[in-house]
Amino acid sequence: MYNHDKSMETPATGTTNGLAIRTEKLSLWYGTFQALFDVDFDVKQGIITALIGPSGCGKSTLLRCVNRINERLGYVRTEGKVDVMGLNVYAPDVELAQLRKQVGMVFQRPNPLPISIRDNILFGYHLHVPGSKKQPKAEKEQIVEEALRQVLLWDQVKDRLDRKATGLSLEEQQKLCIARLLPVKPAVLLMDEPCSALDPKATEAVEELIWQLRGTYSILIVTHNMAQARRASDECAFMLMGKLVEHTKTEEMFVTPANQQTADYIEGRYG
Amino acid sequence: MFVATDLNRQNDKIQQRWRILFMVMTLLLILPVLIILLLLIIRGGPMISWTFLFEFPEQGMTAGGIFPALLGTIFLVSVALIASVPLGIAAALYLSEYAGDNWLTRVINLAIINLAGVPSIVHALFGVGAFVIFFGFGTSILAASLTLAIMTLPVVIVATKESLQAVPQAFREACWSMGATRWQTIRRIVIPNAVSGILTGIILEVSRTAGETAPIMFTGAAFFLPFLPESVFDSTMALSLHLYVISTQVPGVPEALPYGVALLLIAIVLVMNAISIAFRVYLRGKKKW
Repeated sequence: MYNHDKSMETPATGTTNGLAIRTEKLSLWYGTFQALFDVDFDVKQGIITALIGPSGCGKSTLLRCVNRINERLGYVRTEGKVDVMGLNVYAPDVELAQLRKQVGMVFQRPNPLPISIRDNILFGYHLHVPGSKKQPKAEKEQIVEEALRQVLLWDQVKDRLDRKATGLSLEEQQKLCIARLLPVKPAVLLMDEPCSALDPKATEAVEELIWQLRGTYSILIVTHNMAQARRASDECAFMLMGKLVEHTKTEEMFVTPANQQTADYIEGRYG
Repeated sequence: MFVATDLNRQNDKIQQRWRILFMVMTLLLILPVLIILLLLIIRGGPMISWTFLFEFPEQGMTAGGIFPALLGTIFLVSVALIASVPLGIAAALYLSEYAGDNWLTRVINLAIINLAGVPSIVHALFGVGAFVIFFGFGTSILAASLTLAIMTLPVVIVATKESLQAVPQAFREACWSMGATRWQTIRRIVIPNAVSGILTGIILEVSRTAGETAPIMFTGAAFFLPFLPESVFDSTMALSLHLYVISTQVPGVPEALPYGVALLLIAIVLVMNAISIAFRVYLRGKKKW
């Protein structure tokens, strides 16, 4: 796909059993407040898994354990295990930069960097591929084009790659935020309510894009939007008060939820 | 139905009175600035000439130019900047980007605020004790500049810290989530977006440093010197001290001379401020988020 094989060796993975993410007895405290309780959660490779639940149920917290971005808050304490591609990300020898290369993250509010569209795409690539800044321009251009094509943004922005990314529309910004993760070939994409800052039309476009990335990447998406979870996921997990209540195929959860709490929530009777 | 009642009219009248009061107060504020400037230009303006700017004082400082003082001020400010800017920016980067919210950080922040509140004459005495005597620099440009540097350090730190913190947190999170280290984030994203504020802080510092008298009068600025300083270990004349000297210490100075010196001093400060504002406007125009 990309011709930068010299530096992009396949990372060693553990035994994955077809799982992209696996948590075991994962508990997390913000100071004294416990946000996650013994969460056991499996995310299969190559599909879209949606995490739903009311505000404050811990779904974003769970997501943020996977790339360990929670940790920069000094008062966070984690117990249990999180495996990504079969390897424990909380093992002492884990390098955060390598973890975050494998696990890309898309935020709720689009957060392109205040640099050009081209530099946004190349930012992560330059971080992780040694010597890539001195690569021939044509190769870099190809990487930019390929990433933007994958997020269906190339045609709109190909003539203004030098413009600041912060001047794009929110929909374009969010697509760019997805695109900039792709050149380093992450295994997993985490998306924290990626459409909640977008209008319905942009939401549809971004959802469509996420659906296109299905198969190439394992995607874990947190959403408030029940309809979105139903439309745009293969599996669905429901969380409540820091616990994982139910995790099944999406169509089953929305038709025949096994748990009464799940049923109440998806039918809007929660609260 | 929508016609004003007596109550409405009365309320409007009261509101008008307050508005006028506040406006008068605001206008009063700019009055001293205007008067000072006008007075200086009218009385000191005719003094400004090539001779005045580029020649030595003559006849017991009652005639001639002020070149050694002008040059001395430029030296003092430059050396002070070289000392305080790297230190101030490094401290601000640490406090804003690295330090956690713990007791040490709070103590440091408190110390910076207190440093800003120390009277300049106290800085002067500290400078004498520390730089002139303890480090043995003597009364020199180095000692005076270091004293000025310590005095203006809080300005640099606070201005830098504020402009660093004005860079949205979302940019940092985006960088970290892609695997960038703190330094990579600072270098590529935070500093480029904070640089206009940092430079503004530095230029403000320059204008403040140029006008200070107390911190330099015991540490490196001389009453009168018939020669120019050759190294940072020499003492020097300075505009601010020169103004004080010819206004109060020397008999027979023509009335226009101090006004000329004051005008020059204020012109340097105003030009510096104007550059700072222009620069900020220019950089802000380039920044969009």
